[in-house]
Amino acid sequence: MTDEYRQLLNLLRSSEAAGTVVRDIERLSRGIDNVKIVHVCGTHEHTISRFGIRLILPKNVKLIAGPGCPVCITPASEIDAVIELALSGVAVLTFGDMLRVPGSELSLFQARSRGADVRVVYSFLDAIKVARSEPSREFVFFAIGFETTAATVAPYIALGKVPENLSLFVSHRLIPPAMEFMSLLRHGADAYIAPGHVSTIIGCKPYEVFPKVYRQSVVIAGFEPLDVLLAVKTILDLTKRGDVKLVNEYSRAVRYEGNVLALKYMYRVFEVVDGAWRGIGVIPQSKLCLRSEYRRYDAVERYGISIRRGIDVRPGCRCGDVIVGRAVPTDCPYFAKVCTPNNPLGPCMVSMEGTCRIWYQFERTRGGEVSERERATEYLYNSSS
Amino acid sequence: MCLGIPGKVLEVRGDTAIVDFGGLRKEVSIVLTPDVQPGDYVIVHAGFAISKISREEALEMLKLLSEVVNSIKVPKTSSR
Amino acid sequence: MSELGDVITLVMGAGGVETQKLVTSLISDVVKRRLGPLGLDDFDDSAVVEFGEFKVAITVDSYTIKPVFFPGGDIGKLAISGTINDLVAVGARPVAVLDSIVVEEGFPLGDLARIAKSIQDIANRYNIALLGGDFKVMPKGSLDGVVVTMVGLGVCEVGPLSDSNVKVGDKIVITGPVGDHGAMVLAHQLNMLSEVSISSDCRPLYELIDVMKRVGGVHACKDPTRGGLAMALNEFARKSNVCIVIYEEYIPVRESVRSLAELTGVDYLELACEGQMVMSVDAEFADELIEELKRYGFSEASVIGEVREEPRGTVLLRTSIGSARILQPPIGAPIPRIC
Repeated sequence: MTDEYRQLLNLLRSSEAAGTVVRDIERLSRGIDNVKIVHVCGTHEHTISRFGIRLILPKNVKLIAGPGCPVCITPASEIDAVIELALSGVAVLTFGDMLRVPGSELSLFQARSRGADVRVVYSFLDAIKVARSEPSREFVFFAIGFETTAATVAPYIALGKVPENLSLFVSHRLIPPAMEFMSLLRHGADAYIAPGHVSTIIGCKPYEVFPKVYRQSVVIAGFEPLDVLLAVKTILDLTKRGDVKLVNEYSRAVRYEGNVLALKYMYRVFEVVDGAWRGIGVIPQSKLCLRSEYRRYDAVERYGISIRRGIDVRPGCRCGDVIVGRAVPTDCPYFAKVCTPNNPLGPCMVSMEGTCRIWYQFERTRGGEVSERERATEYLYNSSS
Repeated sequence: MCLGIPGKVLEVRGDTAIVDFGGLRKEVSIVLTPDVQPGDYVIVHAGFAISKISREEALEMLKLLSEVVNSIKVPKTSSR
Repeated sequence: MSELGDVITLVMGAGGVETQKLVTSLISDVVKRRLGPLGLDDFDDSAVVEFGEFKVAITVDSYTIKPVFFPGGDIGKLAISGTINDLVAVGARPVAVLDSIVVEEGFPLGDLARIAKSIQDIANRYNIALLGGDFKVMPKGSLDGVVVTMVGLGVCEVGPLSDSNVKVGDKIVITGPVGDHGAMVLAHQLNMLSEVSISSDCRPLYELIDVMKRVGGVHACKDPTRGGLAMALNEFARKSNVCIVIYEEYIPVRESVRSLAELTGVDYLELACEGQMVMSVDAEFADELIEELKRYGFSEASVIGEVREEPRGTVLLRTSIGSARILQPPIGAPIPRIC
């Protein structure tokens, strides 16, 4: 492939292409009342907020962040257990995402300033290298993330390449069950934008239940701004025609059957169990844990960790409802008062892509009217060359 | 959910490959995409190539999007 | 103080809001807080002291970078470059430095000699006096390597330029590509440094004093170190109580730095620069400033935005797809993420 792919990527970030698609979105949005589109992916939220996409969508098209980033949904009890382990002298290797998330009291970041050995790694492969470089030291890898990340952890376990001094605190969760949980809510989503990279692993099949059973369209989208805009356009097009379908917009990277080899590794090493999601509760068949023949790699068993009930959400904090789009940040008594990016109480304020963090950035006043800052951003958008 | 970046495979070395991300070369694991060849584009997440970009699908999307953009001399998004 | 917690955390040293809150609480009882136009409460790059009609800039900074030797320089070059740039940022010509080195028992003498040589080479090149300093050794294990602290002295020849001097209608100019140093540090943290070809832009910007004197019209100037361009612009906007609008497509950034930022889920606008300056300049002087900078070898100097009135204290970023968002001041150092 010569560099047509680079040309495509440039086009997927260009204002000309964005201008075209936004014009179509506006045309399609006339004559429809509110359309509630839910995505379940921190990286989609990153693209949406980084490229200011909500600002160029018509007012009746709502783009809502559902339970889709490990920072927001990993239960406090699990973070507490990993912190306890770190403070007891076991070195913890974690993705950067989990550093600042508050458990019941502390975050891993605060545990580090109390002497715990907490290190950031970029990949499970790096975790293996670190553990091999210090054979006398015991390491635990905090295995968070969804199918995409679980698929990067499974092969080296299956191939027996994990050193003895490295164990895993497994906290992988699955996306389709979370979407299905959202579909059971009364005023759930009208349609979903499904996460592109999870879909490179699991393929399109697991999403078919949504148009068939729940009458909700699903568009699998990539992460360039135009991928998200094209997904919104496709959803409005379907809504206008009263049609409900599963559409694969990210066809350049997602095959219908997914990554068969990755799924083979994943389900050889992990089995599916019911799982707790922070602020939401237990979702059936939504979490992965190590199968019995790989239990020797399980940190919970190796260190006899007891997962005690944690304070997932402080009393009165509405993160649980915000995560599933049942409430907006300004409904929460703590929002922008006690709970701020510098002193986050709930997960939605910690995560760079958390809904509360995004609303705080725009300083939306009570009742959710548009703040002065947001009007200025709109002013900038309308007036510049 | 998962940060994934496209990169071009330059060289395959057993179960890893050297991938160019635009001015930046890095070794990634191809244990999940063992059939990739130099010249292929892959999506890389947390140090692993998780998917090979389909040439046909990418070219089709490029054609489609270019036609739409070039057909109408479209004003930039700003003048809505 | 309780609201800050009961122990020091890493984020308190990242030069952001937390650092400011901590330092402000530590110095609350100081009585004499200025001896000229720039003092304690300005949190500017240097202080400016007035002796009769004579204005002198003075600054101090400590350098604790790991690794001590890195692509693009070493802790010695970084220390004297940072000191020179902090003086230039308030419009002063650097004339003298003093340095204090604290080193761990067992640190290789050869390495120390290389660090000292880096400092002297730059001081000699710009005819800057090395007036004195201090040298301490700490027992093995009680300090990881070496810490270099440097005091800089400069004579005000332009301004003095303060961060609160940005005017509505000004243009925002950056001297070159952003984020090189921060990207190098990030690559090192993730032990990717050997694989990726990214080096620090660490260098002294002494000549900018001559550029600013010759062209005129510069109202404010800052080296976007910790927290990168995002932090520097937010400082301008907050201290001058203005709105700064920047255009993403005009911001120069190396492709390798942008790719590393995307790979690790970090915003390249938050990555430190150790060899660039961001300036707010009167609109009429902007083009001439760019030409003069290019004549001095700043080939990628660019106008990246302008200053408006509302909403005050805010930085607005116009994105490459033509929409807009608020550019937040960074919290803590950039942390790589996978989600």
